[in-house]
Amino acid sequence: MARLHPNGPRPTQITAGRIGLYAFLFIAALFFLLPLYTMVVTSLKTMSEIRLGQIFSLPQTLDFSAWATAWSGACMGTTCVGIRTGFWNSVAITVPSVALSVFVGAVNGYALSLWRPRWANVLFGLLMAGGLIPYQIFLYPMVRAMANVSLYNSLAGIILVHVIFGLPLVTLLFRNYFVSVPEELCKAARVDGAGFWRIFFEIMLPIAVPMVVVVSMLQFTGIWNDFLLGLVFAGRDNLPMTVQLNNIVNTTMGERNYNVNMAATILTAIVPLAIYFLSGRWFVRGIAAGAVKG
Amino acid sequence: MQSAVSIKDLKIAYGDHPVIEKMSIDIAPREFLVLLGPSGCGKSTLLNAIAGLQDITAGEIWISGKNVSWEEPKDRGIGMVFQSYALYPRMSIRKNLSFGLRVAGLPKTEIEARVARTAALLHLDKLLDRRPAELSGGQRQRVAIGRALVREVDVFLFDEPLSNLDAKLRNELRVEIKKLHQNLGNTMIYVTHDQVEALTLADRIAIMRDGVIQQLASPAEIYHRPANLFVAGFIGAPAMNFIEGRIERGDGRPVFVSKGLAVDLSGYCFQVATSDGPATLGFRPDHLVLDGAASGLPTIAGRISVVEPMGSEAVLWFDWAGQSLSLRLMGDVSLKPGDALAPGLDIRKASLFDADGSRL
Repeated sequence: MARLHPNGPRPTQITAGRIGLYAFLFIAALFFLLPLYTMVVTSLKTMSEIRLGQIFSLPQTLDFSAWATAWSGACMGTTCVGIRTGFWNSVAITVPSVALSVFVGAVNGYALSLWRPRWANVLFGLLMAGGLIPYQIFLYPMVRAMANVSLYNSLAGIILVHVIFGLPLVTLLFRNYFVSVPEELCKAARVDGAGFWRIFFEIMLPIAVPMVVVVSMLQFTGIWNDFLLGLVFAGRDNLPMTVQLNNIVNTTMGERNYNVNMAATILTAIVPLAIYFLSGRWFVRGIAAGAVKG
Repeated sequence: MQSAVSIKDLKIAYGDHPVIEKMSIDIAPREFLVLLGPSGCGKSTLLNAIAGLQDITAGEIWISGKNVSWEEPKDRGIGMVFQSYALYPRMSIRKNLSFGLRVAGLPKTEIEARVARTAALLHLDKLLDRRPAELSGGQRQRVAIGRALVREVDVFLFDEPLSNLDAKLRNELRVEIKKLHQNLGNTMIYVTHDQVEALTLADRIAIMRDGVIQQLASPAEIYHRPANLFVAGFIGAPAMNFIEGRIERGDGRPVFVSKGLAVDLSGYCFQVATSDGPATLGFRPDHLVLDGAASGLPTIAGRISVVEPMGSEAVLWFDWAGQSLSLRLMGDVSLKPGDALAPGLDIRKASLFDADGSRL
């Protein structure tokens, strides 16, 4: 066979290995999508159709009544108001928790990396150590402490708990991000007369926007998906969506309404999912800029 | 006359490790002082201490007749330019220039006037609405200089401002900084490790090593009469040639002898009384005369090993007694490696150092 004379771009070759790789990826994707598919399909079926037991078949007619029930009519114990209240509770818990923890973590990271107060490394080490201890261990002392300051079973209490438990990770990410910022930037601003807060708000925070986005997303999904802390600290009136979902799924009167359960589950999971889909590009960029570097 | 900047018995240490020991300098108003030295000699630390960005261990710093040792950077009446430009990345050039003035709470019209004046001076008018990332390296450094100028202070501090630029831009900006100093007449303190910048810009150069000033003098003095071996070897490219030998006093006149070489030192201007003993003779490549026999000077004979033509001049490297010496020639050269030569040494332009490395 005549040897090809190399000229121009190298020709792409399709090898058996490559085909195998893509086949594997395709099957893996199917495997992980299957539960979601089953949930969506089941939520759109009527109970009589579900009883046929064909969980992979498409619904014969699209029936959205299960979604309506899940949102505003499903029962938890004896109250039948749907998962709606849980949704708004979760919003009320998550939004301030994310905003506060990101802000405090950003200030922490900024101070630890660019101002290096005395004992900065010890402080950072302690914070990290705190982050490594399983938080179940903190539950009881935390409950006692919250009760002592009259924050147990309150919205402010659960927000405070989320902020505290979020701090190690948020601080770590911001510290690593700000470590890569040239020290001279801070010096130049000091010569210009700016102080700690002015440098933070006018110079450092604008630089750290990608990191703010990433950390906000991490915190948002983490806090939205939290079950245990919400169950323990939020109190009956503020139970987050995850806890209420559990209550709905575990309430049985007569037959289990699988379609309602599926719809309620999807409603709960859709918020963090949507956030990842809408800002995936930012997420990757921020991770690449902050978490790996430094 | 009152000094613009005065450093009194300054000491800076990191823990037990001293960076600067007992340093005192007086810098006159309108003076251009260059702090020159190898990396790690403490020159940037000294500049940061003057700026107030570095805590001092002992001593005093005075700027414009005021003891500012404990003052914040903004209250010291200084502007500073950094090596990495340190422009605020998310602000336009206009905002970068005006940041310090806005922090100080100056009226809007005053800020606009000052920014416009500075931008015109540095040819930044057309760039004011761009972001730093959209500028070239040279433009960014001009903005950084502008940010110092706009503060309208008495003393400017430069921390290796040209080190991040390529050679051509460096030459251009060097000339611009010199012009700026001639036009504005502010006191400038300039840190660099580049001897060309130091020699071209400075009124006086302070050569530092291990936190100690080795020599503080005009560029010409430092070039022609280095105070010790370190200064002699640090300044000049190619470096000064050194020959180890002894000073001997045969019939009353001092003579430098080394490996068959004997140089009459009666033409040398000693600054201290000498006795016989080991010494080092130093002479610059430009202080050798190619045709030694015709000049009547003592000659150093050898063979050419390398010829480095540089356009307007050329450097000849030749071997003498097992060591390589250099000679600078103006104009074109027809000599080739292997050719013999016997250049003459003008002892009046040479330098002699004693066994400790101090100038004789």
